[in-house]
Amino acid sequence: MRAGRRLWLIFFLAPAVVLFAAFVTYPILSALAYSLYAWEGIGRRGFDGLGNFIRLFTTFPYPRLLVNAFWHNVLVFVLTMVIQNLTGLALALILARNPWGARAYRAIFFLPVTLSLVIVGFLWALFLNPVFGVINKMLGAAGLGALARPWLGEPATALVTLTLVNAWRWVGFPTIVFLAGINAIPDDYLEAARLDGASEWEVTRRVVLPLLAPAVTIIVILTFIGSFNWFELPYVVQGVSGAPNRATDVLGLLFYRTAFGEVDTGLQDIGVGSAIAVLMFLALVIVSTAGAVFLRRREVEMG
Amino acid sequence: MSRHSRWMPLMQAALLANAFLVLAPMLFMGLSAFKTTREIFQHPLGLPEIWSLDNFSRVWVEARFARYIQNSVIVTAASVAIILALGAMASYALGRHRFRGNDFLYLYFLSGLMLPIRLAIIPLFILMRNLGLLDTLWSLILIYAASGLPSAIFILTGFFRTLPADLDSAARIDGAGEWTIFARVMLPLVRPALVIVTVYNLIPIWNDFFFPLVFIQSDHLKTLPLGMTAFFGQYYTDWATLFAGLTLAAVPVVALYVMLSAHFIRGLTAGAVKG
Repeated sequence: MRAGRRLWLIFFLAPAVVLFAAFVTYPILSALAYSLYAWEGIGRRGFDGLGNFIRLFTTFPYPRLLVNAFWHNVLVFVLTMVIQNLTGLALALILARNPWGARAYRAIFFLPVTLSLVIVGFLWALFLNPVFGVINKMLGAAGLGALARPWLGEPATALVTLTLVNAWRWVGFPTIVFLAGINAIPDDYLEAARLDGASEWEVTRRVVLPLLAPAVTIIVILTFIGSFNWFELPYVVQGVSGAPNRATDVLGLLFYRTAFGEVDTGLQDIGVGSAIAVLMFLALVIVSTAGAVFLRRREVEMG
Repeated sequence: MSRHSRWMPLMQAALLANAFLVLAPMLFMGLSAFKTTREIFQHPLGLPEIWSLDNFSRVWVEARFARYIQNSVIVTAASVAIILALGAMASYALGRHRFRGNDFLYLYFLSGLMLPIRLAIIPLFILMRNLGLLDTLWSLILIYAASGLPSAIFILTGFFRTLPADLDSAARIDGAGEWTIFARVMLPLVRPALVIVTVYNLIPIWNDFFFPLVFIQSDHLKTLPLGMTAFFGQYYTDWATLFAGLTLAAVPVVALYVMLSAHFIRGLTAGAVKG
């Protein structure tokens, strides 16, 4: 019976393990290894220790590009947490009260999440076009023509505008996750709090929000991963160099350019590119693992 | 919770405002798809003078959207089928069986949730080349299926774990084998989770353009998002055609969402805990 059980476990697990090992683990481990070798084009040369990392941090123009892109990722994460996820939480708290039309609202809010970032990016690029775009035209019609500007063309506004476009696409996602978390709270808990004389605000603050901790943790982790994986939106809207003047450059674009070469500079360095990948990899592993451990500890038995 | 509150009108206003923010751009996109470029520039907010399908036929035939959509359907369907089958089997083992290395394997799969597989694009490119899979749809299917497993296993293992412990013992006492317990007892109970996994993977796979960008060269093998970037470069000044292309690209996934959203929302709200 023990041996039979072992065979069954292998039967259930082996296909997934093999597929995952071949096309995820092996390539990622190879990517880590690549960062320790010297490269000429796509030809691998000798072992180079930390040479690629040293060049990334000391050789022009890499340090400046790296720091520039990193802070842009951080800004995207912070802005997304504040704007998108707080909006999602507020919408979920409202929807959880089952207002008129709640089902339709839920479906509508989640709709843009299904759209490709290629569609979303191109669509808003047309809306935000400085001359023909509907945004500036509407500002003009509302007597706010002074506010009209090339939103995606000015370094000061480009990244924030992109983050807002991204939030437009994603806001339904945290809404649905928070709402599911609230709905999973047994009514008894809420009734008990109300019988004890708690106001609706106190019920929300002292019962709903603490029990929502797992959902919050999931959203924070996913937002972090999403923010540091930014690629499609800036690539589609601003090009591979993060126009204007690298104001929308993020680590994903920098990695892609370093690995595959840049049209304007012809710069290609697989060694340094792999070093960037390793640093992104480390940041994501540390934050995600910490989050997952926290989540497992906070898992509350309900039911 | 109660729907009677003096704040309710304010809440309704917030919901309505957000719904408008979501729908207005999509409505604008759909309307512009029927206009001429001159109309879009001169009367951006008005209805089309003539409801013409010319823009769409140009996109469908000239810009080869029919072919791109077909490729996207093949890649997405195959990838999701593999994720569901292999993911459910692995999650059942991880979620319902205690064995040495369970936690390790679970975290091993979860590591894929945290690590962006695109960081490994150079080794993947070389791997696909060595396997002779470059410029084939298989290169996309394999990478999507493999990188979709972590989220599937994360979601499904969680659901399997919430099922009562007595279920397995009861089925075992009744003499059911492992496969019967998995396929007949457990799988039906996690069906809402399977729907979530499907939607969760379907959308990113359908929408991805990074891997086609690197793996696919032939125009007749391009998926929709990759085809669209070429299309946008080609028709850059022809806004009517651009809006028609955007609308046409959005229609399949929006239609699918309208059909699946009920399942999706029911799956999330029904909850295995109280179901």
